[in-house]
Amino acid sequence: MLTVKMVVTGPFNAGKTEFIQTVSEIDVVSTERKISSPQERVKETTTVAMDFGRITVDESLVLYLFGTPGQKRFDFMWEILSEGMLGFIVMVDSTRPETFREARSILEAFRAFSPTPYVVAASKQDLKDAWDIDDMRVALRLETGVKILPCVSTDKDSVKTTLLELLESILTELEG
Amino acid sequence: MALQGNLQDFTVTQLLNLVNLANKSGALLIQGPNEEARLIFREGKLANAQLASEDDGAQGGLPQVLHRAEKINDAQLNTLRSRAVGMSDKELGLLLINAGYVTQADILESLKSYYVGIMQQLFTWVEGRFKFDPSQDVPENKIPVRIALENLIIEGSRQLAEWEQLNFEIPNLDMALAFTDRPGVNLKKVNLNVEEWRVVSYINPKNSIRQIAKASKMNDLEIRRIVYGLLQAGLVRLVRPAGAPTQLDGLQAAFPGVEKTEQKTLITRLMDRIRSI
Repeated sequence: MLTVKMVVTGPFNAGKTEFIQTVSEIDVVSTERKISSPQERVKETTTVAMDFGRITVDESLVLYLFGTPGQKRFDFMWEILSEGMLGFIVMVDSTRPETFREARSILEAFRAFSPTPYVVAASKQDLKDAWDIDDMRVALRLETGVKILPCVSTDKDSVKTTLLELLESILTELEG
Repeated sequence: MALQGNLQDFTVTQLLNLVNLANKSGALLIQGPNEEARLIFREGKLANAQLASEDDGAQGGLPQVLHRAEKINDAQLNTLRSRAVGMSDKELGLLLINAGYVTQADILESLKSYYVGIMQQLFTWVEGRFKFDPSQDVPENKIPVRIALENLIIEGSRQLAEWEQLNFEIPNLDMALAFTDRPGVNLKKVNLNVEEWRVVSYINPKNSIRQIAKASKMNDLEIRRIVYGLLQAGLVRLVRPAGAPTQLDGLQAAFPGVEKTEQKTLITRLMDRIRSI
């Protein structure tokens, strides 16, 4: 059986765990802990090692989705998770511009670890404070060819579209 | 127990603070990733500083220090290089003062400026080891100075904060730069200083930022500062250097031993499966 993997990364509280939960056929193996830092207590728990989800195509092919920890002090996990990945998704909370700089830094780090295709998912686009996609492209300094997609992590169609766009980019790269 | 440890646990600024508050005398040896520095203190004041790469006199000798501070000209430097071989800095300093080339103040100010420059480089070292040896003093052939550490510590704290921010913005110096193709932007109309122009002249996807820094004789902080400015102004963008592994190379690692046509089929199957969820 062949297993391939994609990585879902991004700053703290961008919606990575929900993203994987929405499409995974198994309950996401999540290593969440209560948040100790008062500055980051915008939610009750956070991922400390990784999230793990699975999509089985058939008995010969399985896709694993790995979610990275969002807190900077766990960034030693990133390189390990990126090894042999098919591509990666950088999730950015559209309502928290203060995290854009960190998102940009994470994107650069993953590009350096493994030169695979990637897309940027602008999450929480259903919230009224969400930044416009075009404005986010400028703020994140994304090049013209990089896909930035509106995304709602709890919405199955939205998550599927993001995954399909990444797979489309991978296919284009293979055909190029 | 000897005062020694790791810069990740104890920064250069914190070390200076310790030396200052405890009025320490001795040599602080700092081993960075690519360079080594020896700082000598007398009663909590900096008396001498030397980088290992400049210790042979070619860069860190008194003639070179005075030339860098524009106290002597090219011709005088060449004369000193040929005639002052084997002389200590103290002997040479006396000779230059007696000959009317420079004053004592010129020498001390030039040395202080040189040592402060070394300290500024050290503030960007965040990895490496340090060791303090209280038995060492300024070498006999060197001219000691007295530099109070308070201002250096404040400057070092500022630089460390700047360094952390720039390192966050540009984490990887192995990336290359390319000009953005924004319509209407004419680089000739942008006000750039000499250092920025020097960097701009090397911008090419074949050159990594690290290579540009080396060619421009800039340290990591200086090159990051300039690249950050160019990025913020939208004049350049970060690209993977030519010859670096491509996305296709990365994909081959994800499909070990699978033919390219088979890889495409696998991706199509994954897409069909996701559509069906």
